[in-house]
Amino acid sequence: MAKDLKPKTTILDAKQMGRIIRRMAGEIVERNRDLPELLLVGIRTRGVPLAEAIAAEIERMEGVKVEVGILDITLYRDDLSTIAAQPVVKGTRLPRPIDGIALVLCDDVLYTGRTVRAALDELTDFGRPKSVQLAVLIDRGHRELPIQADFIGKKVPTSQSEVIEVAFESTDGTEQVRILELGPQAG
Amino acid sequence: MTPTTLRWTRKDLLGIAELSAAEIELLLDTAESFREVGERPIKKVPTLRGKTVLNLFFEASTRTRSSFEIAEKRLSADNINFSTSGSALEKGETLVDTALNLQAMAPDLVVIRHGAPGVPHMLAKRIKAGVINAGDGAHEHPTQALLDAYTIRRHKGKLAGLRVAIVGDIEHSRVVRSNIHLLTKMGAQVVVGGPRTLMPPAIEKMGVEVAYTLADAIRDADVVMMLRVQLERQGRMAFPSVREYFQLFGLTTERLKGAKDDVIIMHPGPMNRGVEIASEVADGPYSVILEQVTHGVSVRMAVLYLLSGVHEEP
Repeated sequence: MAKDLKPKTTILDAKQMGRIIRRMAGEIVERNRDLPELLLVGIRTRGVPLAEAIAAEIERMEGVKVEVGILDITLYRDDLSTIAAQPVVKGTRLPRPIDGIALVLCDDVLYTGRTVRAALDELTDFGRPKSVQLAVLIDRGHRELPIQADFIGKKVPTSQSEVIEVAFESTDGTEQVRILELGPQAG
Repeated sequence: MTPTTLRWTRKDLLGIAELSAAEIELLLDTAESFREVGERPIKKVPTLRGKTVLNLFFEASTRTRSSFEIAEKRLSADNINFSTSGSALEKGETLVDTALNLQAMAPDLVVIRHGAPGVPHMLAKRIKAGVINAGDGAHEHPTQALLDAYTIRRHKGKLAGLRVAIVGDIEHSRVVRSNIHLLTKMGAQVVVGGPRTLMPPAIEKMGVEVAYTLADAIRDADVVMMLRVQLERQGRMAFPSVREYFQLFGLTTERLKGAKDDVIIMHPGPMNRGVEIASEVADGPYSVILEQVTHGVSVRMAVLYLLSGVHEEP
């Protein structure tokens, strides 16, 4: 990540992000009748503010408070033996048992699908949910595993030399989605 | 919520002396994340799947060894235990040869306890695997100091500025040495207390205060750590009798009054009730002795996790 990254384009500003999240919240409500039972689970780091934003929208629309959990998939990664030093573990926090409930995993970007694979493995160790759906703000393609999202904010065709950077107010102090590009020497 | 940017780069954990405050903080923060794993319905994560850990205990140990074993299993590592009795060392093999033979089995990590100081360091130089010192003579016991610090931090929210009294057999304790290194690096004030016969010369050069009575040692303490009186040393005339030791240095509720109101009492175990600590204190409201044992597993998981990510340059 320390590579030379240059901003290329801003694909979503704060207003557009808000509109998209509102639409995603609506779709989630449509598909899940039993809202008080529903659990939104954000994957660290930026799946968490996404899950919180969706929960806030659902509360505004339906007057129902949907709980938000946090999943840290670090201990379930499939590349731990190949990367140089261990990533920092920040921990998982699920507010209640997940057996038999409907659960929506939230992440900012869907790319190779490996993060979602790790998240599914971790959830299995916590229990057996009735269903697991996937909500992502950006689907950028290039899947390496057979995984697809149920709720997509925006599909963005990218090349593999590009990086999608999602910023949320709570984690980054601003709200936008940008495409960054690796410098000419890198790669 | 500032993310820790520091990355762990040491192959081995041999002592606290060589660690920086930032490294200690990273270890403690990582342990905090692993605590949650111990509270899950399935207390196991696949992180060290396929890694082999050798536990070499050349000295008796129940707590530390079980703690490491549980930590290894919760991380899905495969572990193999060697103990001193029946080992090749007893049959005349040198330690270096034992090390080379172990290396030939290609373990990823080796946990070692040995009665002679420096053995883990020697091993670390000779084998590719990461080496974790689980106690070497009276030198260091880094994971004990880390779990002590972790326990203190959970109760007090910090280490800096606290007054920590460590009382008992200071001379023969590796726990003391590791704790002094750690606590002083993190900005705590350390007082060591005990009979003169069990106080090593020039201990104050490690940056601690020295007290020769229990009352002086624990005055205004935020934390009181009692050490086991190594009864086997009594033959060396370090103190006249167990009863006298208790009368002078045994921690009772009455004597604890000199410490701060929210003091916590710690003990690395095994405890001798009625020698260095009265049961009323060991089982009392200020005691966090069993919590230390629980946190030991989280801390050792953190150490195993961080060391396992360090690969030697090809």
